[in-house]
Amino acid sequence: MPTFQQNVEATIPALRRYARALTRDADIADDLVQDTLVRALRSEHLFHGGDVRSWLYTILTNLNRNRLRSLARRPVLSPIEDNDAPDLAGPEAGGRDIERALATLVEDQRNALLLVVLEGLSYREVAEVQGVPIGTVMSRLARARVQIKTYLDGGRPALRRVK
Amino acid sequence: MINRDSPVTEDELHAYIDGELPADRMEAVTAWLAAHPEQAVTVASWRAQSERIRARYGAILEEVVPERLTLDQVIRSDRASGRSWKIFAAAAALVAFFAGGATGWFAHGASVGTRTSSFAVANEALDAYKLYVVEVRHPVEVPGTERQHMTQWLSKRLGEDLRVPDLQSIGLKLVGGRLLPGPTGAAAFYMYEGASGERFTIYCAKAATPASAFRYTAGERAAAFYWADGKVAYVVSGPADRDKLEKVAKAAYEQMERDDAKRS
Repeated sequence: MPTFQQNVEATIPALRRYARALTRDADIADDLVQDTLVRALRSEHLFHGGDVRSWLYTILTNLNRNRLRSLARRPVLSPIEDNDAPDLAGPEAGGRDIERALATLVEDQRNALLLVVLEGLSYREVAEVQGVPIGTVMSRLARARVQIKTYLDGGRPALRRVK
Repeated sequence: MINRDSPVTEDELHAYIDGELPADRMEAVTAWLAAHPEQAVTVASWRAQSERIRARYGAILEEVVPERLTLDQVIRSDRASGRSWKIFAAAAALVAFFAGGATGWFAHGASVGTRTSSFAVANEALDAYKLYVVEVRHPVEVPGTERQHMTQWLSKRLGEDLRVPDLQSIGLKLVGGRLLPGPTGAAAFYMYEGASGERFTIYCAKAATPASAFRYTAGERAAAFYWADGKVAYVVSGPADRDKLEKVAKAAYEQMERDDAKRS
């Protein structure tokens, strides 16, 4: 039977993947993973069984939400790209395209989609991570897919609201 | 199962590509898609999205995990970081002052005199909540393990007999506390944390009005319950989930009431 720490350690590569997709920045992503690990190890005594992996995803998702919230409070935001249209076809461009499409999503939708599609969590697990009913997870997923399709099809999506 | 004849829902189309469709609906959904080519194209595009996302980020799983993210290193650096918290706390207090400047501080300045009120205190508390809730390494000046010392220190600075509620019964651990500048002088600030990292804070300052009812204020992402009780105003802040926040506020309130009863 693996120990708590072994379970945490085994999840690190997947946490890095999820964090990278969420933040689109390797350094910020690894900071987020590091903070998640610090938090998890400190709160080990609060973990009462269950799936360590889902619990780690929950912590990372919450930390990223906190991070975005603090970003929103800063007066200086990143400049608006004027070439924000979908890239031309090509293997390299394809990756950036999907990245940008993901960036146009509302945070909760992006979390839900990535947890299902990239991290392979079940709808039920995502509902636990997000603290919402499964129906809400499914509608987030549906809206995320519609939005990404609109973006990739070249339709300029509605400007994302900066909170 | 006679399920094959009931209509196919959009939820089922998502479940179909995410591998969540019950086996007894598989046949019905594939048959429906065969009969509806337009929707089949949409479903194929959703599947392609998933594949592109996996293609873009899948390789990260194979990367060597950087040294700083190995558990040994995380544990070691977490211990080492405890030493520098005092310097950081001073810096954080300055940031608090300037970050509050743009809106919170002037807004509260404008309301002083007319309604210093618990509302100004609540705004102050929400700003403090938003500032410190994002802190991972240095959220507090005094750790929760030094509860008694913290209570004495903050009581002395506020000039009021304070209590630090124990919220373990609703799954919240005391992270610790800090001293902050408030609208009526010094303010005490306690932080609590749940098992999955959600944080709540309690902010205490000298009350402008002797007593007030339980009030609620909500921003886009954070919310607060506040009330004044004798000489002290309390603000319980947390994520904008009213039910959960109310539970926390009530637990804190009841416990402080109980302590008061015991002491008097």
